[in-house]
Amino acid sequence: MISKVDFELLEQIAGLHEIPAGAYNIRKNSEGAGRQSTENIVITTKEDHPGIDIHIKPGTKNESVHIPVIITEAGITETVYNDFYVGEDADVLIVAGCGIHNAGDEKSEHDGIHRFFIGKNAHVKYVEKHYGEGDGRGERVMNPTTILELEENAVCELEMVQIKGVDSTVRSTTANLARGAKIIVTERLMTHGNQMARSDMEVNLNGEGSSAQIVSRSVGRDQSEQIFNPRAVGNEACAAHVQCDSIIMDKARIRSIPEIAANHAQAQIVHEAAIGRINNDQLVKLMSFGMDEQEAEEVIIQGFLR
Amino acid sequence: MLEIKNLSFRVDGDAGRELEIIDNVSLRVDDGEFVVVTGPNGGGKSTLARLIMGIEQPTEGVILYNGQDITHLNVTERARLGVGYAFQQPPRFKGLTVRKLLSLAHGSALPEDVCCNYLTDVGLCSRDYLNRELDSSLSGGEVKRIEIATLMARNPGLAIFDEPEAGIDLWSFAMLVDTFQKMHDRGENSIMIISHQERIMMLADRIVVVDHGHIRTDGTREAVLPTLFGEFACECDFRGAAK
Repeated sequence: MISKVDFELLEQIAGLHEIPAGAYNIRKNSEGAGRQSTENIVITTKEDHPGIDIHIKPGTKNESVHIPVIITEAGITETVYNDFYVGEDADVLIVAGCGIHNAGDEKSEHDGIHRFFIGKNAHVKYVEKHYGEGDGRGERVMNPTTILELEENAVCELEMVQIKGVDSTVRSTTANLARGAKIIVTERLMTHGNQMARSDMEVNLNGEGSSAQIVSRSVGRDQSEQIFNPRAVGNEACAAHVQCDSIIMDKARIRSIPEIAANHAQAQIVHEAAIGRINNDQLVKLMSFGMDEQEAEEVIIQGFLR
Repeated sequence: MLEIKNLSFRVDGDAGRELEIIDNVSLRVDDGEFVVVTGPNGGGKSTLARLIMGIEQPTEGVILYNGQDITHLNVTERARLGVGYAFQQPPRFKGLTVRKLLSLAHGSALPEDVCCNYLTDVGLCSRDYLNRELDSSLSGGEVKRIEIATLMARNPGLAIFDEPEAGIDLWSFAMLVDTFQKMHDRGENSIMIISHQERIMMLADRIVVVDHGHIRTDGTREAVLPTLFGEFACECDFRGAAK
């Protein structure tokens, strides 16, 4: 049964107001709450671990897969393995995400381990949103691991967003790119209260002409803490651009520890990082539109994390 | 109507000496009036504008807007009363689109065609810009023109433009002059423009020359403009549009 609370969570993490069209798998409190395969996208349960395999046939175009996870009970700790096999020349949207509503005092934790095997010339857009709510004292924890293997000329766009209610997160992302493959990662993160977030990312550009663009934007509020550790390694003639940009507020702490490495004379790897508070001129500009300081701050943060 | 009475603004300078940035300035801008404030660089023009908007607080004096004492109101409160200000060097906003900024300035979501009109008025090929972010991908001149467009979208009772011509090419400048003219013709707003451009001064009802924190001259365009030619050390700085 999908309840009202469930749909509220589903809307936050996957923009779903109802059961989605196309392929989907909804996981609720460690159990399957609905699944649909299509002719081109087949979802099966793993036999050795909790989790699913998603097989997308070569040449599948303009189809989507939604695989949201929701947890509404306190005291659940789970590790889930999901593997995506994307056939050559496919062009698909994959929407994942996890929402925890914890009204209890015990911790709820979801650790998702996602592996992507993206075939030649395939194009994947992957959207992952994390969201927590509930007035209990139980912690909401999410530790996503994402491993991507991109074959020749495959393109993957990742949009990873965590802007509310997750107490602790350690995010690990690894991508290996073959010749001509391209990855675009957009990470948006906001922490507040006593939250802690860590993001480790490693992109290995192993093929000639491969490229990576990583944009990470974050806002740290209250006493929260963030650590970023992006790593780009160029092993062939390739191009990578890593950009980490953070707004720091209140008593938050943010560390950025980038690493760029080139093992080939034709590798071009660039990193930019900045941490700073909201620019006063930006606040004054918006206040001159009649907003008060708090409203102006919210507009700046919302835009920044868009 | 804006009335400034005996306004002073001092800051701490070197060796504990106070620096007088604005010194006992009194000034009036009537409803629907178009006033150009000019004078040499560093004379206090921008500070005067920032004092009127509430970005800086005066050390002495009174600012009245429509008869209300706004001297100690903050930027937000003055904005809500109808004071608007276009920055000389506008800030950029990562993630905020041009369309969103114009809507925020206006106070509600603006339809696409209305946004386009504001952008066209400042010489921007509008549709190309609507969904652009106000980040470092825009040039200084583009950001500056968008800044002017936001004040048009806000349509405040008193619109203050701080050197709107700075960093703008000749073609856009001509467009901008027309736009200020139209704004003045409508007569809905009081307009105060800090400018060194003769073509903008030609639109003015009054010209005020600010120098060393004082008002040196305050009079009608017809009376003041002829006296300005040749007055400044470099006439090019005053007349030339080719920046």
